[in-house]
Amino acid sequence: MEELNNLFAGFAVAMTLANVLYMLIGITLGVLIGVLPGLGGANGIAILLPLTFSMNPTSAIIMLSCIYWGALFGGAITSILFNIPGEPWSVATTFDGYPMAQQGKAAQALTGAFTSSFIGAFFAVALITFLAPVLAKFALNFGPAEYFAVQLLTFCSFVGMSKEPPTKVIVAMMLGFALAAVGMDTVTGQLRMTYGFPDLLKGFDFLIAVIGLFGIGEILLTMEEGLAFKGKSAKLNPKVVWETWKTLPQYWLTFLRSTAVGCWMGITPGGATPASFMSYGIAQRMSKDPESFGKGQIEGVLAPETAAHAAGTSALLPMLTLGIPGSPTAAVLLGGLMIWGLQPGPMLFVEHKDFVWGLIASMYLGNIVGLLVVLTTVPYWAAFLRIPFSVIAPVIVVICAIGAYTVHSSMFDVVMMMVFGVVGYFFKKLKYPMAPLVLALVLGDMAEASFRQSMLLSQGSLSIFWSNNLVGSIAGLAMIMLFWPLIGAVKNLLRSRES
Amino acid sequence: MTTPIPQEGETQESSSVTLTRGPELIVGLIIMGLATLVITDSMRIGIGWGDEGPKAGYFPFYVGFILIGASSLIVLTTLLKWGSSKEVFATRAELVPVFQMLVPMVIYVVAMVYLGIYLPSALLIGFFMRRHGNFAWPMTMSVSLGVPLAFFLVFEKWFLVPLPKGPIENMLGM
Repeated sequence: MEELNNLFAGFAVAMTLANVLYMLIGITLGVLIGVLPGLGGANGIAILLPLTFSMNPTSAIIMLSCIYWGALFGGAITSILFNIPGEPWSVATTFDGYPMAQQGKAAQALTGAFTSSFIGAFFAVALITFLAPVLAKFALNFGPAEYFAVQLLTFCSFVGMSKEPPTKVIVAMMLGFALAAVGMDTVTGQLRMTYGFPDLLKGFDFLIAVIGLFGIGEILLTMEEGLAFKGKSAKLNPKVVWETWKTLPQYWLTFLRSTAVGCWMGITPGGATPASFMSYGIAQRMSKDPESFGKGQIEGVLAPETAAHAAGTSALLPMLTLGIPGSPTAAVLLGGLMIWGLQPGPMLFVEHKDFVWGLIASMYLGNIVGLLVVLTTVPYWAAFLRIPFSVIAPVIVVICAIGAYTVHSSMFDVVMMMVFGVVGYFFKKLKYPMAPLVLALVLGDMAEASFRQSMLLSQGSLSIFWSNNLVGSIAGLAMIMLFWPLIGAVKNLLRSRES
Repeated sequence: MTTPIPQEGETQESSSVTLTRGPELIVGLIIMGLATLVITDSMRIGIGWGDEGPKAGYFPFYVGFILIGASSLIVLTTLLKWGSSKEVFATRAELVPVFQMLVPMVIYVVAMVYLGIYLPSALLIGFFMRRHGNFAWPMTMSVSLGVPLAFFLVFEKWFLVPLPKGPIENMLGM
């Protein structure tokens, strides 16, 4: 019950007038970011991060995490009304959400989406409340070898669980590690891969990569479809909301399944996007009436939204307890922690109790505030998308440029943002995943440090990674994940031989 | 902006479609090149074991090694499937608007280096509104000047975060 006491202390931290105000600002900005194409959770928070450098860390993380919740909610609005996923994790929501809007049931779809987002997030926060302290206590005993094994597991899971080809996952990941290595080596002070360019001394900042890959890259992709948006309008009135809510309890099994899928995919770094697809797929397969999916079945809205929110929220669990983010957005928040002078990892739960529990309490509050905000303000957000893209696109480019510049007040970063933007466009088109690149760029230095420390301990022998049960089983699991695609391929081969 | 807009009724002949295999090969080769850079530079600073433990090039060397392996596989499979691969990267009708966005964006970033952020931003927004949005001048002017002004107030006045300025801002004494 210590958790509950801590949680109540957290509510006391989060409930101050200033923090509730930051929550509202965060949610509003987040929904806006979620609605606008080219601005998403990860790059939106990256752009706003420099504005929080001087803020108190607790207020700053409350605001930034609320932007994240807001963006998760906002993605559903454009998917349902405009058939344009504002965020990658709401692509699956368009399958049934837009047909519902076409049939004049936009209000039901929106209510269902928002409510299921709320339910998914709520269960994930509850999971964090009770699991995070246990995991953190457990992780206090970790040495460098255990840390490296966990990081290895994170990256191998990408190979095992991505729907992209494994070679491309590995390329994206290694590119991230290589970019992270550029600049001064933290141990020896030697310069690596700078080739005499002073701008490369400080290395590549992942915030710039995030703004470029997800912001500029996304704008370029959106351009392929031309400059016109056509959408349905929606009005939400309390009666429709109430009527929809009354129908939702019958889908309890869908909620339960989707939450489980989401939490699992969020903690292991599958992320919100694959979670939403997987959950949609499962809901369809388990349904009594699979034919109705894709034609406006509300279950097809509930399943992906629940899973996306559960995954997005539970991605913060490994970030807080181990310092290993489960998604690009969690990685940006992690970057924030380091900038505010907090070392992420298990010690956070010992040294900065106020911060951790304030954040967890704010997740409960933020999602309630978020649900109320989106339910009451949907028509205004939809109006934003009626602004022609010829105005929105250049404004978003300007916002991205400002965001990239303010990270280090460096013009070189703005140029790099453009380069990453073009890379992002090609990566997306050629099915290279971007999340492993970003995560490797964030974790590169940490992973390298823990690897080198382990090597020092073992005098250069790799056997340290199976020297005890704990590290051995984590490393073993990592290897299974790494060779998962290979196992699948062999299975297919055997099956085709048999038949 | 010299790329012609595709005409109505133009059929999707092979000339108006870019296949995936070309960009796939080029990206693969670029990554192989980058991997070579990583490996050679790691070897320069030492990939072995020094007095203080693993040398600075130890970790990046293996990163480069895996990178070159994985990217060679991509290049190889692309070449092996070259004749049979018909997957479409993008049609011409899709690529034209991408360049209509990319080219002004690159000019914008280059202009930012010399002129600061405010004037190029106003020009970029104004250009898009006139060229693609067919807005009237009064509307174009108010948005393209209003947005940078709003950013100026939010960043420089409210949050005290300085943004890049150029000769014009200097002339105005800001």
